[in-house]
Amino acid sequence: MNNSKQTVDETIKLSPDMFNPADSSDKVDNERISAPSLSFLEDSWRRLKKNKAAVISLFILIIFIMLSVFAPIVSPHDPDFQIVSHANLPPKIPGLTINGLNGTQALGDTRVDKYEQQGVPEGVSYYLGTDGLGRDLLSRILHGTRVSLLIAFVAAFFDLTIGVIYGLVSGWSGGKVDNGMQRVLEILSGVPNLVVVILMLLVLDPGIKSIIIALAITGWISMARVIRAQTLKLKNQEYVLAAKTLGESPIKIAFKHLIPNLSGIIIIQTMFSIPAAIFFEAFLSFIGIGIPAPTASLGTLINDGYKTFRFLPHLMWYPAAVICILMISFNLLADGLRDAFDPKMKD
Amino acid sequence: MKSYAKYLGKRILYMFLTLFLIASITFFLMKLLPGTPYSNQDKLSEEQIFIMNEKYGLNEPLPVQYVVYMSRLLGGDLGTSFQFNNTPVTELLSTRVGPSLQLGIQAVVLGTTLGIILGVIAAMNQNTWIDTTATFTAILGRSIPNFVIAVLLQLIFGVYLKWFPIALWNNGFSSSVLPTLALAIAPLADSARFIRTEMVEVLSSDYVELARAKGLSRLTVAFKHGVRNALIPLVTILGPMAVALMTGSLVVENIFAIPGIGEQFVKSILTNDYPTIMGVTILYSAMLVGIILVVDVLYGIIDPRIRVTNEGGDE
Repeated sequence: MNNSKQTVDETIKLSPDMFNPADSSDKVDNERISAPSLSFLEDSWRRLKKNKAAVISLFILIIFIMLSVFAPIVSPHDPDFQIVSHANLPPKIPGLTINGLNGTQALGDTRVDKYEQQGVPEGVSYYLGTDGLGRDLLSRILHGTRVSLLIAFVAAFFDLTIGVIYGLVSGWSGGKVDNGMQRVLEILSGVPNLVVVILMLLVLDPGIKSIIIALAITGWISMARVIRAQTLKLKNQEYVLAAKTLGESPIKIAFKHLIPNLSGIIIIQTMFSIPAAIFFEAFLSFIGIGIPAPTASLGTLINDGYKTFRFLPHLMWYPAAVICILMISFNLLADGLRDAFDPKMKD
Repeated sequence: MKSYAKYLGKRILYMFLTLFLIASITFFLMKLLPGTPYSNQDKLSEEQIFIMNEKYGLNEPLPVQYVVYMSRLLGGDLGTSFQFNNTPVTELLSTRVGPSLQLGIQAVVLGTTLGIILGVIAAMNQNTWIDTTATFTAILGRSIPNFVIAVLLQLIFGVYLKWFPIALWNNGFSSSVLPTLALAIAPLADSARFIRTEMVEVLSSDYVELARAKGLSRLTVAFKHGVRNALIPLVTILGPMAVALMTGSLVVENIFAIPGIGEQFVKSILTNDYPTIMGVTILYSAMLVGIILVVDVLYGIIDPRIRVTNEGGDE
């Protein structure tokens, strides 16, 4: 730079009036960080927003969650109300003439208007058809999604609570307590959770509560493992040592220092345990030991639909599609969150 | 080596402890359940029930029954089925192990092979559309419940195309194709995802850089140096994979009417056949615990970099 400056000076005549005094405010601001400072969550959110799949999933999930929360209001019919004369109607959306959605059903080579045949009044239409007892499938799917999501969220919440407490206590205590707690985990992880869930369901009365309990009992182990490993790492960080030296109680340290730093991992683990719970509920209902009738869940709907799926395939495919969309969205969002919270883990 | 033997001994001890615990818990849970083992109990008089209980040792105090059950268990006797005319559970299950094992092994082999190929392709074309497609395929495989996949396969290849039997188990290999495919999706998705992560890591390691610097072709580097090292950790997901297969076999065997353990298990659950439920529980647990042990031991032998640590296998 110096050399070129000299040559410039020599070749071009510079007069003082070509220069203005520098604006002093420029100098002061040299060191200013212009971008707003971001908290951990804001930073993660920024990274998550770049992940298109995760954002779309989040959007879809919000829609499904809203629909299921407001299922009693949104549903066009009562999900449990049976009209036997309206049984097994195909989907009919007013104004649509596409086969499969216009209330007709293939009977041999011709399509028959089932609504007319069964004497359904003119204005009545079931958007996704009805099941064998004349119940509206759309309303049942909405209520079923509600039940499935409820089970998944509550079970995930219990997983989280038990797992985090177990992991924190084990990692923080160290020594004999940790050793003992780890042996317990080792033994428990040898038990296939399928078996535990099924045994629990046999002993407890079938129902939503039992499924949640059964899922909570088995689901917390991986959370406890991860939290313990991270606690062991965090335990020796300076800020934790400082808090300890200042006489902070372990519970306060856990809430003020450990849990905020573990929040990323906790959220990721929970996001993975929600689809696992949705799957397990559906699985149990599918083999016939899940939610008892008449309550609908996605699993029971698929199970009911499967019984007649060769003749009335829509009874199975609509709930199956809903569960697939939910599972894919949760998994994509969980993947996106993992990348957003821990950019190092992204390969 | 001495420490290794000690470690192994400890692991085997834990394995038996786990099984003992599972057997005990199942025993007491089953005793908690209401009802008697006799299907026509309404027609039986008090005396008849008493005599029957006497015959099966059910009048003894609970601790005695427990000791009897556990000592028989050691000898491989799982008790008598409630449902199938006094068939011993061991006999009932032993005829059903074959199909389940065959399907399980076929599914693992097929799933992991395809998964490895998919994972390697994804890692070699990292951050391109190929990678995105492969990753999304893996996510689909993990997300779509296996019973939905099974029914879909049954509908497409069984009902519409008629390539394979819809649900039948006497046609040799062709009747095992669809259930194997349905079961293979989970191992495929898991191993593809796993191998991709491992490969990406291996491909950026020093020895791969060196191999590339020496001028070896992309494929040679990937297969001679990359895949070999990426495959080792795959052993660790065999445990979770086995669990997924057990879970999957319950629905898949039911959908395709396969006379396997899973189908029997569901049938026993629905008919409250407690001794059979206990038998399958113990069998599944023993298999899982055994697989976890073998995986941990194998891993230490295959990869000398892994020092024996106290971390066990995953659930």
